[in-house]
Amino acid sequence: MHIQDMILTLQKHWSNQGCILMQAYDTEKGAGTMSPMTLLRSLGPEPWNVAYVEPSRRPADGRYGENPNRLYQHHQFQVIMKPSPENIQELYLDSLKQLGIDPLKHDIRFVEDNWENPTLGAAGLGWEVWLDGMEITQFTYFQQIGGLEADPVSVEITYGLERLASYIQDKENVFDLTWTEGVTLHDIFYQPEYEHSRYTFEESNTDLLFKWFSDYEQEAKQLMEKALVFPAYDYVLKCSHTFNLLDAKGVISVTERTGYIGRVRSLARSIASLYVKEREKLGFPMLKKEGEQDDA
Amino acid sequence: MTHNVLFEVGLEDMPARFLKSTESQFLNKTKTWLDEQRLTYHSVESFITPRRFSVLIKDLSEKQPDLHEEVKGPAKKIALDESGNWTKAAIGFAKGQGADVDAIYFKEIKGEDYVHVEKFIEGQRADEILQNFKDVILSLTFPKNMRWSDRSLRFIRPIKWLLALKDDEVIPFEIEGVQTSNQSFGHRFLGSTFTLSSPTEYEEKLETEWVIANSDKRKKLIMEQLNHLETSHNWVIPVDDDLLEEVTQLVEYPTAFYGQFSDDFLEVPEEALVTSMKEHQRYFPVRDQNNRLLSYFIGVRNGNEDYLDTVAKGNEKVLNARLKDAVFFYQEDQKQTIDDYNQKLSRMVFQENLGTIKDKVDRITNLTEQIAKSLSLNETDINDAVRTAEICKFDLVTQMVNEFTNLQGIMGEKYARLFGESEAVAKGINEHYMPKHTNDALPNSTIGSIVSVADKLDTIVGCISVGLVPSGSQDPYALRRQTMGVIRILKEENWSLSFEALIDLVLEQLTEVNKESHDSEITLAVKRFFESRISYLAKEEKISQDIIRSVSHRNLGVVSQLFAKAHLLENKRTDEAFKPTQEALVRVMNLAKKGDSVQIDETQFENEYENNLFNRIEAVQQPISDAYDKEDYQDVLNQLTLLTDDINAFFDHTMVMADDSNVRSNRLAMLNRIAEMINPLADFTLIEWKQQF
Repeated sequence: MHIQDMILTLQKHWSNQGCILMQAYDTEKGAGTMSPMTLLRSLGPEPWNVAYVEPSRRPADGRYGENPNRLYQHHQFQVIMKPSPENIQELYLDSLKQLGIDPLKHDIRFVEDNWENPTLGAAGLGWEVWLDGMEITQFTYFQQIGGLEADPVSVEITYGLERLASYIQDKENVFDLTWTEGVTLHDIFYQPEYEHSRYTFEESNTDLLFKWFSDYEQEAKQLMEKALVFPAYDYVLKCSHTFNLLDAKGVISVTERTGYIGRVRSLARSIASLYVKEREKLGFPMLKKEGEQDDA
Repeated sequence: MTHNVLFEVGLEDMPARFLKSTESQFLNKTKTWLDEQRLTYHSVESFITPRRFSVLIKDLSEKQPDLHEEVKGPAKKIALDESGNWTKAAIGFAKGQGADVDAIYFKEIKGEDYVHVEKFIEGQRADEILQNFKDVILSLTFPKNMRWSDRSLRFIRPIKWLLALKDDEVIPFEIEGVQTSNQSFGHRFLGSTFTLSSPTEYEEKLETEWVIANSDKRKKLIMEQLNHLETSHNWVIPVDDDLLEEVTQLVEYPTAFYGQFSDDFLEVPEEALVTSMKEHQRYFPVRDQNNRLLSYFIGVRNGNEDYLDTVAKGNEKVLNARLKDAVFFYQEDQKQTIDDYNQKLSRMVFQENLGTIKDKVDRITNLTEQIAKSLSLNETDINDAVRTAEICKFDLVTQMVNEFTNLQGIMGEKYARLFGESEAVAKGINEHYMPKHTNDALPNSTIGSIVSVADKLDTIVGCISVGLVPSGSQDPYALRRQTMGVIRILKEENWSLSFEALIDLVLEQLTEVNKESHDSEITLAVKRFFESRISYLAKEEKISQDIIRSVSHRNLGVVSQLFAKAHLLENKRTDEAFKPTQEALVRVMNLAKKGDSVQIDETQFENEYENNLFNRIEAVQQPISDAYDKEDYQDVLNQLTLLTDDINAFFDHTMVMADDSNVRSNRLAMLNRIAEMINPLADFTLIEWKQQF
């Protein structure tokens, strides 16, 4: 099965479970969790079910397109369901069957893995899902987001698409994976992988990056003061990505590192509270809508 | 008639590491609850798998025993009116107890009659009581709890089903929207939903549904499968108990399988391969009869033997990819030099107020040199020790250790050898982390011991200097464990360096650090910290606390000598033959505290006993001093024994606290001289002597 068909299959499956199909968010980010469709929307009481593919940038993992397993940018298929359905494990296992993975022919396990992202003040409990010893999915019940208690609890399912595909397509090297008939990952992503690695490790302008970090931080704060949640959040994401670029280049010492992470976290925390406050001002509209449907 | 009862809580997959404690907690709380409910039973059996925990209660009593209880009411004078009729108070009391006034009788308490009735409480039926079993389930506590959906309960994992059965009847209750039933679920993929008609069928029925509910049975099954693989392939599969336990708790139905990886990977140090297999993949490594690592591994699948080849193949693919990473790291690491790595240590913070790892390494290096010199090692050993200290942390920034943190030291040793360091230095790097835990071996070489002590003391004294003193369970820098390590090494090595001198050396290295208090206060705090660990270790060696206090009354000194003295005195404390000497010496030491001079003026002597004692002191002085030099404390005691008779004669015929102050201080000076010969050994007045009972 090509990656493209995997995406179509997963979209269909989760759409059938009532998920809104979203597109990737247009700001650089390290993980699908950081999309506002997850990080902000999983806050507060409003129900929210969504699925989308997120290209995720991890500058430090860039390997000039030479490593068979590591990528500057990989793809996650992200599902969020709030509140978490009672049969979520079954729904997930069904999705594997849709991908042609017959549980009877394999060894599928839910192995404890508690997820924590200090930069986002987020923590959750759950598992990594093993398919014959390979971690293919991160499965998390959010307990805290942006320093706020998650109530109700969202469940987050993150499929590592390249990982899963390398199993399904039985390939040793991610660049040999086929995106669709006749098109490999190498065709599409080799050049960007190489160039981004060069940029990250050799050509980026460190002074500019440091300046950008501060500017983005300023802008995020300025916008938060005006209660403009979503624009402010875009600048938090930019801060985070800029920090990742600096970190990958090795120009941030360990002591400074804690400081930078603290700055991003403090932005994430403020914005989490601000989001909930602003939604409350609007009367949690998606909650109301659900109530009306119940009445009808 | 008795009943069999079964409760099963079905959950989403629980963390393997919490299964054992959850099972025993559930069992104990069930028993306690039944006792509290006054229900008797023949036995309670517990079961646990990743997806369920359960108890099977056999022969539970049908109801609680009835109770007859005597209840005291108002005084007789209030209960009866003037004409001898029951008052409202009496009638009300009887009614309140569900009795008739006819049932009232009187009983005298402290000279006054009171109304009493006998209350009959009928035992409640087990049926009704068992509906409250929910309380037991909700009383369970877990190291990590979670919430799910829009529920408020915090529990180990979301509850999926509840099975509650008394014989063939469902015991009705509900937790977080889940209602009890007589249904259970088999293995997630191989099994199905099934109905139980009797609690006693539980284990057997689950087994047909591909679930081994008893975790000991699962473990035994895995062991048998491993043994079978060993015999049929002529392998040796060393079984790590923790790994076996974890693997047992990760599956409902275990089937062991083997896979292979490329022989090329065997060039990587085997510790890295083993870590990759064990920690990352939960595989058992395989060895041949000569203990050589083979390119096979054993995994345990959650399921039966169907499609086992596919499972094995998938696992092989994963392990090969992981090991490829390891080879890559191993080769990449060798492209840089130790100097490159040491440079990078200046970017790694050790502790905010104690600088970087590089700063720490510099301190350790200086300290190592000073210790090595004070032990008069030869030139080569001193140089090797210093070199070991200089590069003892370089592997922390290699990719290999970055990936496999538990290989710190081990990779340092391997790489040092590849980079052409001497054998002594390579070994020293690995040994300087030892002992890694309470029962771990000590460093083999003196060089390893010196650097280990230097590293640990730098951490201990450094942390205490900046106010990071462990309290309660809070000990993030593992100072207690490291202190224990230092004491064990010092005890074993018998260096002539005293504890106090060592601490001074460490503090000299910490001059750049912004300390929270003066060096003297830090020394005292460190000493207290060490004393508490020493007394802990003493307890393990059956040395009592008063003995430890008596031998450390002035300072901790040379730690190995401290223990040698303590062991000797621990024996003497019950030695009948030593009693007279001990009594004489204790008397001397008690009195000696009243004076401070040791200047004896022979012209002040008033009787021959003073003379005799003085001569005896003069006679043993040198031998005792020699015995101390030779660390022969038994001989010290032998020499002191020679004083016994003269001391006793002296006390019998001499008034120490004489009126004449010159005579008095001269006599005290003589006692002081004796005390000074005993003091380096111990303060005998602090010991509870136990020669007689």
